[in-house]
Amino acid sequence: MNPVYRRRRMVNRTIMTASLLASAFGVIWLFLILLTLVTKGVPALSIDVFTERTRMSGGGLGNAILGSLIMTALATVGGTIIGIAAGTWLAEYGGRSRLANLIRFINDVLLSAPSIIIGLYIYAVVVLPMGHFSGWAGVAALMVIIIPVVIRSTEDMLLLVPNSLREAAASLGAHRWLIVLKVCYSGARAGIITGILLGCARISGETAPLLFTALNTNQWNFFNMGGEMPNLPMVLYQNMTINSFIPEQVALAWAGALILTAAVLILNILARVTSARSQK
Amino acid sequence: MNMRSENFTMAPRQTSRNASGNTSVAAPAKLSVNDLNFYYGDFQAIKGVSMEIPSNQVTAYIGPSGCGKSTLLRCFNRMHDLYPGLKTEGGLLLDGQDIYASGVDINLLRARIGMVFQKPTPFPMSVYDNIAFGVKLYERLSRRDMDERVEWALKKAALWGEVKDKLKTNGQSLSGGQQQRLCIARTIAVKPEVILLDEPTSALDPISTGYIEDLIHELKADYTIVIVTHNMQQAARVSDITAFMYLGELIECGQTDQIFTDPAKKQTEDYITGRYG
Repeated sequence: MNPVYRRRRMVNRTIMTASLLASAFGVIWLFLILLTLVTKGVPALSIDVFTERTRMSGGGLGNAILGSLIMTALATVGGTIIGIAAGTWLAEYGGRSRLANLIRFINDVLLSAPSIIIGLYIYAVVVLPMGHFSGWAGVAALMVIIIPVVIRSTEDMLLLVPNSLREAAASLGAHRWLIVLKVCYSGARAGIITGILLGCARISGETAPLLFTALNTNQWNFFNMGGEMPNLPMVLYQNMTINSFIPEQVALAWAGALILTAAVLILNILARVTSARSQK
Repeated sequence: MNMRSENFTMAPRQTSRNASGNTSVAAPAKLSVNDLNFYYGDFQAIKGVSMEIPSNQVTAYIGPSGCGKSTLLRCFNRMHDLYPGLKTEGGLLLDGQDIYASGVDINLLRARIGMVFQKPTPFPMSVYDNIAFGVKLYERLSRRDMDERVEWALKKAALWGEVKDKLKTNGQSLSGGQQQRLCIARTIAVKPEVILLDEPTSALDPISTGYIEDLIHELKADYTIVIVTHNMQQAARVSDITAFMYLGELIECGQTDQIFTDPAKKQTEDYITGRYG
C-alpha cells in the first residue's frame, strides 16, 4: 500500500481513538454523578417531599421547590425581555459602533463573572437599602445572571440569519423593524429559545447569588416576594453542611439534588429538541 | 387597495404592451439613467452611465465580474441606502420622476420596483406566508382575497402546480429552482411595475434556468424587466435590449440582435467573442 496513505490512515486512527477515550473519560464522570444521585435520591423520594415544607426534622421540600420555581420563572421572563431587546439592538442596529462594542465587552465580563460576586452586588444595592432579604432580591440576582446568556445567544443567532434575507425583505419595501420582527426572528427563533432554556437551567441551580439575597426559610412562601424566599439550592447546602449530622436531612437533600438535576436535564432536552426541530 | 399610488404619484402608469416581443425602439422609457455615478467610499464603481430602459421590454446587462452591473441594478431600487458610506450621484428617473429626490418614500418606491436576487432568498416561513409577507405591507386583504392573491402570484411564477399542496411547508425546504420561482412570485405579488433580476439563474441547474427564462418572456407583457447576467447566451435569449458594461462604464447599449451580431464598439465585440472577461 502507498506509504503516504498508510501513514495518513494511521494518524487518523490514533487521533480518533484518543478523542473517543477523552470523551469517554468525560462521560464516565457524568454517568457516575447521575448514578450517585439516583441511588441516594430515589430512596428518599416520597409524596411528602413535594407536599411538606422544610422542618428542623422530617418535613419535605415543597416550599423550597415552589420558591425556586417562582424565582426562576420570574427571572427568566424578565431576563428574556431585557436580553432579547439588548441582543437585537447589538445584532441589528449597534453594528461595530463604539457603544455596541463596549456593551459586548461588558456582557462578556458579566457572562463569566463569579455568581457570588453578583449576589454580593445585589446584596449591596437591594438588600441593604431595603433592610431585609427578599424574593425580589433573589430574582434580581438571578436576572443579572441570565441576561448576558440571553443577550449573547440572541445576538449570535440573529447574526446567523443571512444578510440576503434582510435585503430581500427590504427590496419588498419592509421597514427595518418589521424585517427584524418577521424575518430575522423567524430564522433565529429556535436558537434564541435554546439560549433562554439553557440560561433558565443555569439559574435554577444557582446557590451563591441567593445566599445574600433571597436567603432561605422554613416557611411556605406563596408569592410573598418581599419576604425571604425558600429555595432548593439553599436547602441542599444547609442540609448537607449545617445539618449534616441528621441522616434524614441529608437523605432529603439527595432527593432535592435529584429533583434539581431532573429539572435541569428536562430543560436541556427541551433545548435540544427545539434546535433539532428547526433543522428540518 | 393602492395607498402607494396615492402617496407616490407620478406619470400615469404605463400600460402600452408589446406582447409580440418585437423590439420597437419607440417603446417609452420606464427608467432613465442620467449621468449616474456611484461610489463605494473612495472607489467609483459606476462612471457616468446614461441610458433609457424601455417599458415592457427586457433589458439585460452583461459584462465581466466587477464591471458594476449589479451595483447599477441596486441603484434602481436604492438598495445601497441600506449601508453607510455609499454615494450615488446623478439622476435616475422612474416615469420621469427622480427616485433619489428628497421626499421620496423609499419603501413605496420598492413596492413599484421589485427585486430578485442571485441566490434564492425564501424567508424562513411557509410558502404561503412568503408571498403574503410583501402583500401585507401595502394591503389589508381578507383571508379569501389573500388566498387568491397567493394563488395568482404562484401561477404567474409557474410554481402553483408544484406547491399547491404544500403551501404550509417551509419555503426553505423547496428545491433551489422552486425557491427562486417562489421569490419571483413574492415580488410579483406586490404588483410592482419594474422587476430587477440580479443573476437570477446563476445558482440553478439548466432545467430550472429554462423555466425562469420562459417566465421572463411571459412577464414582460406586464412588467418592465431588467436583468443582470453573467451568461451571454442568456442575455441573447431573453432580452430585447442589451447593455455591455466594463470597469464601471457603459460601453454600448442597443437592440440585442444588433449587439450580438454587429456591435458598434470593438470592446463589445471582443467580450462577446470571448476574448476577455
